[in-house]
Amino acid sequence: MKDLKSRPDTVARNVRNIPRSGIRDFFDIVSSMPDTISLGVGEPGFLTPWHIRDAAMFALEHGATSYTSNLGLQKLREGLSDYVERYFHVRYDPEDQILVTTGVSEGLDLAIRAIVDPGDEVLYHEPCYVSYGPVIRLSHGVPVAVETSPETQFQVTADLLRKKLTPRTRALVLNFPNNPTGAVIERGELEKIADLVIENDLLIISDEIYAELTYEGEHTSIASLPEMQERTLFLHGFSKAWAMTGFRLGYCCGPSRLIAAMTTIHQYTMLCAPTLSQVAGIEALKDPENDVERMRSEYRRHRNFVVHSFEEMGLPCVTPRGAFYAFPHVSNLGLTSKQFALRLLEEERVAVVPGEAFGPCGSGFVRCSYATGFEDLKEAMKRMKRFVQRLR
Amino acid sequence: MDELLKILKNDALETPENIAAQLGLSPEEVRSKIAEYEARGVIRGYQAVIDEDKLDSRRVTAVIEVKVTPQREGGFDLVARRISKFPEVESVHLVSGAFDLLLFVSGENLQEVASFVSEKLAPLESIRSTASHFLLKTYKHHGILMEPQDQYERLKVSP
Repeated sequence: MKDLKSRPDTVARNVRNIPRSGIRDFFDIVSSMPDTISLGVGEPGFLTPWHIRDAAMFALEHGATSYTSNLGLQKLREGLSDYVERYFHVRYDPEDQILVTTGVSEGLDLAIRAIVDPGDEVLYHEPCYVSYGPVIRLSHGVPVAVETSPETQFQVTADLLRKKLTPRTRALVLNFPNNPTGAVIERGELEKIADLVIENDLLIISDEIYAELTYEGEHTSIASLPEMQERTLFLHGFSKAWAMTGFRLGYCCGPSRLIAAMTTIHQYTMLCAPTLSQVAGIEALKDPENDVERMRSEYRRHRNFVVHSFEEMGLPCVTPRGAFYAFPHVSNLGLTSKQFALRLLEEERVAVVPGEAFGPCGSGFVRCSYATGFEDLKEAMKRMKRFVQRLR
Repeated sequence: MDELLKILKNDALETPENIAAQLGLSPEEVRSKIAEYEARGVIRGYQAVIDEDKLDSRRVTAVIEVKVTPQREGGFDLVARRISKFPEVESVHLVSGAFDLLLFVSGENLQEVASFVSEKLAPLESIRSTASHFLLKTYKHHGILMEPQDQYERLKVSP
């Protein structure tokens, strides 16, 4: 057989050009170190609530093993419609405005593919979840990062966005509460962004996967602002608030013409989200306040604890108001964030993720997930404190 | 339930400093809140949750259903309080349904518990009947699972 490795052009150009994820590199190093306490995980430390797992097992016993319609189970879409109206104050028609996807990851990919023509520019704010740039590129779009900083509490502002607008700007990706910074966005700022979007005839893709994990104030969805529902693709799912990452269950709500476009792609690439997961989702929507509140109150306590610990260590940290990450600044200790993370791992066996994995402006920071057991969190903070003291 | 009580219910040995950091209070405030709960009788005590099945000297525990004739000017309270005084009795609950009081009684062995029931409990005035169920194995106690759980390993780092 001919060695295909010798011919780099066997891999499509826009795939070849996508850099390897910084998280991936770090994952390989951490995996080789036993006894590591990891604060590097982007998922809840809880198991999925038992009644949801129980419902999934019951469904499996009763043969929920076939396809569903492309959009997803009717009952799930009806449940989602009610839930989104109650929690986010926007009403979507379960018949043609909600598409159930295999996680928000698929929803994001579909949304970008449905609206981006080659060369279209898509704005997104950094530091951010690792997918946005690559997914835009895979659609032959041009990702345009807008850097945020502690000065605005890592909020993106209409002013920052305006500077990056060009005639080719097609859409804007928002993600609040934010991974990796834990930032939320004020309603007033969202209103200014909405004006900008209307003025420039843009679309919004709003990834609100962490919405329920908001610790202060009320979460506002940009889709709920006047005239924004028709311009917004709202992405949400079960992974974070219900601790269901492995179920791979998300959904997208939006104007019917855009949902139809996304469904065109979804039907040929995914067909439908996993049936068993959809049944579990129906169960999850039965008592959401109870499940979510239990986890949220624990995360809030963990958040307070880590922020307090960073204060004691003298590490500047914007108080995260959502998600389950803290993003302290570490580079005034004479190390880059990557060196900090590597040495913390080697010397104290604590894994955190260097901020540059979430975009160049994340450099100097590290992401610490506090969605882990409190015993582990206490031990991790103790070790980190010892490490920081040695560096001073 | 108050956040402070939730933390203590999960781990009564947690230090005031760590509790304070979680709740945004000072350690002194946490200490005084705990003292207040103790003074008000909201917190009645602190105990270790012991897996008795793991001990060599395995004590026996019985759940006992008791039917009672309520007393004039005292209802169930008089007899329930009286039963509570026996050191053999670990807990006493008034319940709805087919019987009235639910007791947890423990002793060194089966005979000891049986003779407590027949000689001390059943002869009490106003007790109409008892039904004893000896515990054979404990799977979960005070919200804590007694058997090691399989841990499905999470990825160490993920986006």
